[in-house]
Amino acid sequence: MDVDYSGRIPNNVGLADDRALQRALLHWQPHFVEWWRSMGPDGALMHDVYLRTAVSVDRDGWAQFGYVRMPDYRWGIFLNPAQPDAVIHFGAHKGEPVWHDVPGEHRANLRRIIVTQGDTEPASVEQQRHLGNTCPSLYDLRNLYQVNVEEGRHLWAMVYLLHRHFGRDGREEAEALLTRRSGDADHPRILGAFNEKTPDWLAFFMFTYFTDRDGKFQLCALAESGFAPLARTTQFMLTEEAHHMFVGESGVSRVVQRTCQAMIALKTDDPAQLREAGVIDLPTIQRYLNFHYSVTVDLFGADRSSNAAIFYTSGLKGRFEETKRADDHVLQDAGYPLLAASGGKLVAQEAPMLNALNEVLRDDFAKDSVGGVGRWNKVIEKAGLPQRLVLPHKAFNRRIGSFAELRVSPGGEVIDDAAWQANVDRWLPTVADRAFVASLMGRVVEPGKFASWIAPPSIGINRQPVDFEYVRFN
Amino acid sequence: MDAQVAGSAEAAAQPVDYETHPGRYRHYRLSFDGPVATLALDVDEDGGIRPGYKLKLNSYDLGVDIELSDAIQRLRFEHPEVRTVVLTSARERVFCSGANIFMLGSSSHAWKVNFCRFTNETRNGLEDSSRHSGLKFLAACNGTTAGGGYELALACDEIVLVDDGSSAVSLPEVPLLGVLPGTGGLTRLTDKRRVRHDLADIFCTTTEGIRGQRAKDWRLVDDVVRPKEFAAWVRTRALELAESSDRPGGASGVTLTPLARSIDGSGYHYTYVDAAIDPAARKATLTVRAPLDDVAQDIDAIVAAGAAWWPLQMARELDDAILMLRTNHLDVGTWILATEGDPKRVLATDAALDAHAAHWFVRETAGLLRRTLARLEVSSRTLFALITPRSAFAGTLFELALAADRCYMLDLPGDPGSAPVVSLSARNFGAYPRVDERSRLDARFSGEAAPLAKARAAIGTRLAARDAEALGLVTAALDDIDWDDEIRIALEERASLSPDALTGMEANLRFGAGETMTTRIFGRLSAWQNWIFTRPNAVGDAGALKVFGTGRKANFNRERA
Repeated sequence: MDVDYSGRIPNNVGLADDRALQRALLHWQPHFVEWWRSMGPDGALMHDVYLRTAVSVDRDGWAQFGYVRMPDYRWGIFLNPAQPDAVIHFGAHKGEPVWHDVPGEHRANLRRIIVTQGDTEPASVEQQRHLGNTCPSLYDLRNLYQVNVEEGRHLWAMVYLLHRHFGRDGREEAEALLTRRSGDADHPRILGAFNEKTPDWLAFFMFTYFTDRDGKFQLCALAESGFAPLARTTQFMLTEEAHHMFVGESGVSRVVQRTCQAMIALKTDDPAQLREAGVIDLPTIQRYLNFHYSVTVDLFGADRSSNAAIFYTSGLKGRFEETKRADDHVLQDAGYPLLAASGGKLVAQEAPMLNALNEVLRDDFAKDSVGGVGRWNKVIEKAGLPQRLVLPHKAFNRRIGSFAELRVSPGGEVIDDAAWQANVDRWLPTVADRAFVASLMGRVVEPGKFASWIAPPSIGINRQPVDFEYVRFN
Repeated sequence: MDAQVAGSAEAAAQPVDYETHPGRYRHYRLSFDGPVATLALDVDEDGGIRPGYKLKLNSYDLGVDIELSDAIQRLRFEHPEVRTVVLTSARERVFCSGANIFMLGSSSHAWKVNFCRFTNETRNGLEDSSRHSGLKFLAACNGTTAGGGYELALACDEIVLVDDGSSAVSLPEVPLLGVLPGTGGLTRLTDKRRVRHDLADIFCTTTEGIRGQRAKDWRLVDDVVRPKEFAAWVRTRALELAESSDRPGGASGVTLTPLARSIDGSGYHYTYVDAAIDPAARKATLTVRAPLDDVAQDIDAIVAAGAAWWPLQMARELDDAILMLRTNHLDVGTWILATEGDPKRVLATDAALDAHAAHWFVRETAGLLRRTLARLEVSSRTLFALITPRSAFAGTLFELALAADRCYMLDLPGDPGSAPVVSLSARNFGAYPRVDERSRLDARFSGEAAPLAKARAAIGTRLAARDAEALGLVTAALDDIDWDDEIRIALEERASLSPDALTGMEANLRFGAGETMTTRIFGRLSAWQNWIFTRPNAVGDAGALKVFGTGRKANFNRERA
């Protein structure tokens, strides 16, 4: 079959001349489109959406705007340009040239890393597929779809690696990425958080702020990889991930802004009155924040992990900003403090850093998460209100790692089960909270109009006005 | 690494005890539903039998396996109504990830080998019960089934794997740890499940394992079932397997009461078994007593006697004594096998065992005797039987003499009335097959018809030393003038030899021609594994087993040896 590959699939990986890749994609691509039609954004196949498409990795090429029907979106395959003479800069292979092909020795671990990362991409599309029916504006609807198509492209990026470098096994894993389903008891996605529902837009904004930030840190760690194709593809993915976090941060910020306006107008911080006024009270926002933050920190894995140690030593997965760190990048004798419960308190205990690398990445994520929360608080501060949002302690509400067996308050105190039960409704979204937020979720699609619970953005997408027709329904 | 060495000298100060009870389980949950019992693995991370490691992801150590062994034993005796045992996990997405690597990495060689031998015996015990007494096992692998976890599944009659797109069965020992799937894994793949060797080669070198339809196509599992249908499927299949069992429906079980046992500096003391340790001579004398009273012959009386019925109580005590000596007294290299009491009561018991062989309780008791004798034979100890006056080497107890590496019998030409005698019963001809599925007499005579016929003709005859020697039933008949010196020198000489060479020699000589899957596991697989366990590529400072989890890379000596 003769297919115009470079036309249909923008790429900088020489697809037109790569028979192995062509064969793999020829089979996989129709399945991907089929998956998108059945599991992609609900009821949106015919919409014309003002989307950004990457057609090359150049400054001009990575962001081409125009109306696209999502099934026709040109999902591309892009690697950042290769660095000549690049060397592995951490682990046992430090100083050796990077690998351009999979070393047999590391096949299993690389495959595992890529499959696990790849599985999150379609998962989030599935989690978000019904949100379009309750969008608060055309602007937000377009942002949702942009996030969705880019998660789709990230899937392509991982599938490219599987197809290009892992032979038959890679092709089968690429197929399996399309057969698992978020939240499906029969075929669940690999990671727990990606089987949770994203039931409403506040959850979506929290997800894109926190959970996509986990994605950012995982990608940053993989962007250091000694396996050059993985490093180069994740480096490019990071440019897109930044937009997703922008959607989350600005989304929450606009929700907070709208709530503050109502608090001032009504001169109250009473949740019942604010809810009556159709905005989301700050305590509910805090509970959503607590939930999404704690579920996301679980994604970094157990605090002590032999896999993390092996991935690092093997040169497969580095730390966040590995090259900017001032240590030996081998970490054989390095230690790292891990919190553990001792005498009813959380006390730092030194562990080998190699085994604590999940925690290292988690702590970097936590530091990075603070910024956006600070900016949300600026919105509250600017409104002249005393309330503040805070990140819960990293031991709060954990399911994975040594904290999983503990009850810890958002402030970081170890508490007993009775104290937990007595307070959990103040700390995590209740059924009533979720029902209330769901009750606000009407569909607003008139250009320039916004739902009652969210403020408009200050500027539009690609310098378009806020009331631009970002989505055309057909 | 500052991890403590499990099984090291200081740890040995805390002896291992194999006695437990469901009320004390920390790792298994046992539940019942008509003819189906479910044994769900739910390992307490902090419940390791030795300090220094966490039992993550349903991984196991000796303590976990002691509970498995206890549970199976109780299902045999206390729950005759159970026909199928479902082995599964109480955790989500992980069935069992095998033996704990950090435990193995920090253990002494002897601890590892003892651990593996016991876990092998427990797994063989599942197959033994399936084959001989209709207890069927279904491995319901509801998540990741790796290494020893898959080996446990392999020991079941059937394996069903959840088809959730990610759960796989795997034997990652070679690529991940530089050792073998040594708890029967390699052998059961080829011998039991008939997996083609080239596919097995791929499977055993693929860390991530095989899942879904391919796992079935390659015969690694019997079925793959979607998560939503899994529980119902397992139940249906368990009931179908139960149909093929002849375990009784309405019978009530026999409670395995705690063993009456005292432990002191001189050894382990039970009602019918005594293990007296002589640390200086590095030997222990295992004495088994014949019944102290007349033994019940009537089946109702036998069942009423329950755990106090002599063959059952004696077998449980002997089994425990073997395990205690084997685990807690590594340098006691020679076990002297002795008996005492009235041999007529032993033979009367043999008659009852024969008469009621089809009764479930008698069948289970014979099964325990069979497995206990097998455990004795695969123990890495020199076994010398000494037949002296007042001994009771008759019928079932004569199996001890037949299991021994050598058997000395006292001859009293000047006082034939006081001389010891031995006698055979029908039970010496197939009631207690060894792990190679042969009777001890058949193996002793290499299956030759003539000596076997002569032995059979001697059933019931009281055989003095010379007669027994002539029939080839004992190694040597020694008269009272020679006895003390001969025995002393034989024991002293034995104790002076290399324990490693003896272990290898004894294992080779005990099991002659004719391999079974079990002998291949105890022989070929274990021998290779134990060789690998001592090699620097596994346990050296940069060996794969040693560095696992630290993030350090194994550094192999690449020479093939």
